[in-house]
Amino acid sequence: MTYSINEEGFYGAFGGAFIPEMLYPNVETLRRNYLDIIQSDSFQEEYQYLLKQYVGRPTPLYFAKRLSSEFDAKIYLKREDLCHTGAHKVNNTIGQILIAQKLGKKRIIAETGAGQHGVATATVCALMGLECIVYMGAVDIERQAPNVARMKMLGAEVRPATSGSQTLKDATNEAIRDWIANPANTHYIIGSVVGPHPYPDMVARLQAIISEEIRWQLKEQTGKETPDMVVACVGGGSNAAGAFYHFLEEESTRLIAVEAAGLGVDTNESAATSVLGSKGIIHGSRTLLMQDEDGQIIEPYSISAGLDYPGIGPLHAHLIESKRAEAISITDKEALDAAFHLSRVEGIIPALETAHAFAALHKMKFNSGDSIVINLSGRGDKDLGTYQKFMK
Amino acid sequence: MSRLKELFARKPKDILNIYFTAGFPELADTSRIILALDHAGADLLEIGMPYSDPMADGETIQRSGTRALQNGMKLKVLFEQLENIRERSNIPIVLMGYFNQVIQYGEEAFFAACKRVGVDGLILPDLPLEVYAREYQHLYEKYNVESTFLLSPHSDEERIRRVDELSTGFVYMVADASITGGANNISEEQIQYFQRIEKMNLNTPRLIGFGISDHAAFSSACNNAHGAIIGSAFIRQLEKDASDQGIQDFVMAIRGEKVES
Ligand SMILES: Cc1ncc(COP(=O)(O)O)c(C=O)c1O
Repeated sequence: MTYSINEEGFYGAFGGAFIPEMLYPNVETLRRNYLDIIQSDSFQEEYQYLLKQYVGRPTPLYFAKRLSSEFDAKIYLKREDLCHTGAHKVNNTIGQILIAQKLGKKRIIAETGAGQHGVATATVCALMGLECIVYMGAVDIERQAPNVARMKMLGAEVRPATSGSQTLKDATNEAIRDWIANPANTHYIIGSVVGPHPYPDMVARLQAIISEEIRWQLKEQTGKETPDMVVACVGGGSNAAGAFYHFLEEESTRLIAVEAAGLGVDTNESAATSVLGSKGIIHGSRTLLMQDEDGQIIEPYSISAGLDYPGIGPLHAHLIESKRAEAISITDKEALDAAFHLSRVEGIIPALETAHAFAALHKMKFNSGDSIVINLSGRGDKDLGTYQKFMK
Repeated sequence: MSRLKELFARKPKDILNIYFTAGFPELADTSRIILALDHAGADLLEIGMPYSDPMADGETIQRSGTRALQNGMKLKVLFEQLENIRERSNIPIVLMGYFNQVIQYGEEAFFAACKRVGVDGLILPDLPLEVYAREYQHLYEKYNVESTFLLSPHSDEERIRRVDELSTGFVYMVADASITGGANNISEEQIQYFQRIEKMNLNTPRLIGFGISDHAAFSSACNNAHGAIIGSAFIRQLEKDASDQGIQDFVMAIRGEKVES
């Protein structure tokens, strides 16, 4: 079994580029060039330099002692929360801004849910002196206010998406529209492993640094080549793709994809795509998505803006369908509890998205002493407003 | 000969294709609007299958689609509404929507329904040419549904030839590299694009759409192609006045005929 993308941009049955002709020239240019650019020496030199000196990589792989004894396992936290801007999202935006520059693009657009991708995009645009417009659902603008302020301070324009559920899906629609209207000068930095080919593969490659580091760090700290499990939350799936990437072919490493159940998978207020979804097309990709019998996309719900998305990337659809990855869904309440717990036992306040991955510890089966890597995708500063509401 | 082919054979110029969303403004309006447009002198109708996430459409069309979905429009309902339309009108009809709708309805069932009710063509902007050629062309052929693909000002020559080769109904030339309902006037640059395509001598008739909203834009599109498609402007008309008279006046105004007051 192979888990890499094929010539036509598919992972098994999932992927492809289902886009209108107006997007085709741009997406095609990207498809023709992304691998050559990413593999070029000049790109690698700049990308690695910025990851090290600007983002602060490698991020630590931290052995969480108290959490480990509580769960009778060896739990390691991959500290993406320590990246500049506070989440893994910047790994991708650094890479894509360099690609956009090589393609001669002057204007950058992005969608954002939690605002982390928006902040990471605004940051690299400031760094490179490029114009930046971020589309964000009106509901998310409310619930992630600190990130909106950060984007503005970084010089980006934040445009509210007011259609549909006014969340990540709708922000993505607006960004796509912008790209259609501005095909020549604009690059669209998608923030997850979603969208038409080559985005899922390009973003996965740019996030793969996470598992590349996990491998050598684990070896250095424990002598082990591979962990028993890698756990990550999945909105679109970029932090999970990055954390899984170099373990995809290591069948002895279990891959755990944690989705947001919202109020519960049977409540109609959920974002657990692998449970509630079926095959179809969303944002130009054939994948699993939540839809009704007429193919209308169902508006998802999660307390966490970054997981509030009715689809998952095609790689994850393929991993889950082929049983290479296991999906677990976590409710708002379970995620909140896990966030408070992690804060108290390890002194780390996680993002609400990330908290879902920690809550999964209660739901996964593992053996005593197993080594488990949890991707700590982001920090919780942006969620303090929400956390305060639930503080007792 | 299909209704669509027959139309282009009979009338190679000034084709007026009007787009509207099924089930808008009211659920039961679909067939009434078809008949009113036919009566008013439209040549061809493009009926939008409302979609939750219409990525190639602008705000106006999305708004009409949202309303239609709230009204209860579904593909099953649309095919029921079209069931006897051929007893009352012979105007060519193409459906426009998104590939996911067809997949979920069931591809074969969808094409069979098109044939049964007398739909002549299909526009799925997010169905890739390659996927069409490999997996769907035989269904279009089996059920006599004509295909239409889009061209944008940024499509290169090879792509234009491929779109021409695979489109059997007409080629949909996107006037502006923008979403529907965008710009108002036809620019010099757009005219150059229309003429560039005109000189390529495509085999398939060409209709120009996106942003065509009045008589002036319609005429300049018609000077450079077989006709034009009007969508957002007509939706705005329906929002203002969806009566048969309102529809009649709209079509006359686009044609540049005097509206009696
Ligand atoms: C901290 C954090 N983790 C996870 C996600 C979810 O995105 P993805 O599944 O692409 O990693 C987000 C998205 O905003 C995020 O901010």
